[in-house]
Amino acid sequence: MVNIEIDGIPLKVDPTKMIIQAADEAGIDIPRFCYHKKLSIAANCRMCLVEVDKARKPLPACSTPVSDGMKVFTDSKVAVNAQRSVMEFLLINHPLDCPICDQGGECELQDLSMGYGEGISRFTERKRAVKDKDIGPLIQTDMTRCIHCTRCVRFGQEIAGIKELGATGRGEHMEISTYVEHSLVSELSGNIIDLCPVGALTSKPFRYKARAWEMQARPSIAPHDAVGSNIELHIRKNEVMRVVPRDNEDLNESWLSDRDRFSYLGLSSEDRLSEPMIKLDNQWQVVDWQTALDKTVEGLKGVISKFGAEEVAGLISPTATLEEAYLFQKWLRGLGTDNIDHRLRQQDFTDTDVDDSLSDWQLADIDDSDAFVLLGTNIRAEQPIIAHRIRQAALAGATVSSINLFTRDLLMPVDRQMAVNSPQLVQTLAGIAKALLAAAKQEPEDWLDLLPERAPSAFEHNVALQLSNAMNATLFVGDLINHQPQASTLRSLARLVAELSDSRLVVLPSSNSNAHRLAGSMPADKGLNARHCWERALRGYVMMGFDPLLDTAQPTIVHDALRRASFVVSISSFESDWVRQYANVILPMACFAETSGTFVGIDQRKQQFAGAVAPRGDSRPGWKILRVLGNISKLKGFDYISSQDVVDEIESPLRELKRGSKTGFIPDSLNLESDLMLISEVPMYRSDSLVRHSKALQQTPESRADGFARINQKEADKRGLDPQHEVVISQDDRKVSVPLEIDNNIADGCIYLAAATSVSAQLGSLFSQVQVMKAGRE
Amino acid sequence: MTQMLLTGPKEELFSDALREQMDTWIAKYPEGQAQSAVIPCLHILQDANGGWLSRGIMDALADYLDIPAISVYEVATFYTMFELEPVGKHKISVCTNISCMLCGSEKIMNHLQQKLNIKPGETTQDGQFTLKEVECLGACVGAPMMLLDRDYHEYLTPEKIDNILDGLAS
Repeated sequence: MVNIEIDGIPLKVDPTKMIIQAADEAGIDIPRFCYHKKLSIAANCRMCLVEVDKARKPLPACSTPVSDGMKVFTDSKVAVNAQRSVMEFLLINHPLDCPICDQGGECELQDLSMGYGEGISRFTERKRAVKDKDIGPLIQTDMTRCIHCTRCVRFGQEIAGIKELGATGRGEHMEISTYVEHSLVSELSGNIIDLCPVGALTSKPFRYKARAWEMQARPSIAPHDAVGSNIELHIRKNEVMRVVPRDNEDLNESWLSDRDRFSYLGLSSEDRLSEPMIKLDNQWQVVDWQTALDKTVEGLKGVISKFGAEEVAGLISPTATLEEAYLFQKWLRGLGTDNIDHRLRQQDFTDTDVDDSLSDWQLADIDDSDAFVLLGTNIRAEQPIIAHRIRQAALAGATVSSINLFTRDLLMPVDRQMAVNSPQLVQTLAGIAKALLAAAKQEPEDWLDLLPERAPSAFEHNVALQLSNAMNATLFVGDLINHQPQASTLRSLARLVAELSDSRLVVLPSSNSNAHRLAGSMPADKGLNARHCWERALRGYVMMGFDPLLDTAQPTIVHDALRRASFVVSISSFESDWVRQYANVILPMACFAETSGTFVGIDQRKQQFAGAVAPRGDSRPGWKILRVLGNISKLKGFDYISSQDVVDEIESPLRELKRGSKTGFIPDSLNLESDLMLISEVPMYRSDSLVRHSKALQQTPESRADGFARINQKEADKRGLDPQHEVVISQDDRKVSVPLEIDNNIADGCIYLAAATSVSAQLGSLFSQVQVMKAGRE
Repeated sequence: MTQMLLTGPKEELFSDALREQMDTWIAKYPEGQAQSAVIPCLHILQDANGGWLSRGIMDALADYLDIPAISVYEVATFYTMFELEPVGKHKISVCTNISCMLCGSEKIMNHLQQKLNIKPGETTQDGQFTLKEVECLGACVGAPMMLLDRDYHEYLTPEKIDNILDGLAS
């Protein structure tokens, strides 16, 4: 620690700090544009010039390290003169078009020019103008306003890991651009809107929509991944105008994924449901709530009295809040059924009893981990903020291996990456386990017969070494394993590898599913799991918060089940053709931002949020709908006044929660067969209804790739396929015809076709065996 | 002009001879710091491509050095000695910075424009000459000056320019 003095205030600071950091910690304000606490120091705007005792000229506070005895003056005559001069230069080429600039009112340049700018400009020459660039559907550019702080350039390089923007040209001709016009592809790109200190980079969907001072900020929690990023909703006239991050060092730091930032656009989609409806003589009729709710309970009770309660199933989206999940299961259990589940995209439930949830692990622990093995996860799409944290750890020296059904540029230093199909994935994990056996303290007896005889491959040895050499290794298991029909076998091997190498296993939850485990929205006793609920084609279904064919693992089976069911209720925020076709009652539910609730993140952190705007039309918050349904069903204990009451009940020590065992599942065999396997990844911007209805996200380059089947050259040659012709993918008697792209990142024996699209909805099940032919030959 | 391969595996990009030249530069920097060699590599490629850099060449160089394409564009657009459009057989770069300006670079520039019948930044119709206005080339002591291809010519007068250019044509 060194002793310094800033504006006469004595401070003790860490000698590695710069003056601006010491001043920030002490709450002393120094003007700045290019400096940002999360980015490297560029020192190019010069706005932070301060006077330092014994220095012959003003020094930039952002790049001058503190030293013992240093005396700094941030608002002396010398400092202020220097700052005013810098401001004069910055304003020379700035258009001063604040009245038509979206940044107006929240602009760092505007704010500082109030303090340091002159009323009259001495610059009478011509200002330069810079052509605007089209960098995609999310970010609007007005490059004449740019002051060349390069925060956006540094963000791309240092945080997003993909340098797309740069400074081209020299001096007067310098511009920030992509040079070759293209849409930014980073999934964190929206953060440059927040970083830009002027109005050069602003939100495109928000353009000309509202002024900063007209909006109210309400804290909330982002619902689309398992992080629970802290956000702020900016509201005007009962409408969410935009979403920005709230700093939380433990979760999203200062960042937000584009999915969490732009999904709010779905709230105003024309597909939102706003009135309760019932089907009478095959015609949909708008009715009042009482009629719709009565009809719901009456219909369900009818099915129950005729066929028994076990003929009714309740399926709920994992994005639903803790309160909704709890009341959903409480209501349906009250009606007598245990067929309740939220694991809509899961197909393999044989290891259900194993509890992989973590109670002693925090998201920020990723920073301390020195080795990562990513298994079956496209982490950048699935959990962008977790990918960012892993990247930061990797840059600090942690090792990273990835084994998946396809390779993808992880935008971080990766030690090894491999793409294999499912049977090989099993064998690879078994090989890693085998390699670890040599040094294991205790041999896992149950496994010895299952593991292969062969010696582990070099790759397997390397991963085993990576894990056993690490002090604090973490394994992530993602959706590309969890959604497979062989997920249990793969997960059990991941558990074995984690156990043998003394590593941490993190099974990535989908959005709020940890809350659902806590709430008990899954079978407790003999109830059917999500897959069986559909496969057994029951008589009655209650669906909450999802689209039956886009958010489930076996779309055509769901389709058949719904068609045959005698009574179907959908509680949902969005229209769906399939729901219209098969449901009997549609209850419009309030969406994200319109309801209060609780989010339970990957590390079990409970975060509560309040509703920020009134529900659309006549829709109502999910927990209130369920409360009334409970009451109309004449069940006891549905007299909640607020959603807090529900949480209190969930947290009540009297409540017993069924906990799974930690050890537990050993597969019968590790030999799987596969000829050609479908990779049904849920693309980043197809993950739930709200995201799917955000137009801007659907226009990103990421989304445009969803319509293609992708296969590697070798497999294409084997089957006589080429990108000039469409291919027909068939499964049993179902066929879809799609354009083909050659993609050598896809593993042998696999064909990629995005899930949660209208095409995938025509296929039987995700990750299944398929045949592929050139169109016209079938 | 050398034939260059601009797509495909890194080991086969450009040509054997060009790769060999570039590799001697890359080898001067620590492992993983190939970005440092971007300027000499651009010079080598520009010379091999008749004096200018196409986008394809810059993209291929980015792949070869394993750096983002924008990092190559940044450098190529910054320095006036890199050409992003085809140029004439001979490139005339006239310095118009302070020393040359005080010693009459304006007259030099006017003379060249008249003689070649082009404006700065343009190429003569016969493809022989490209005229450019550039920043200081560090030869203030001999102002006014110009750079013709790779040679400095100092203490310029209109007559001297006529001699130099006529000498080239013969």
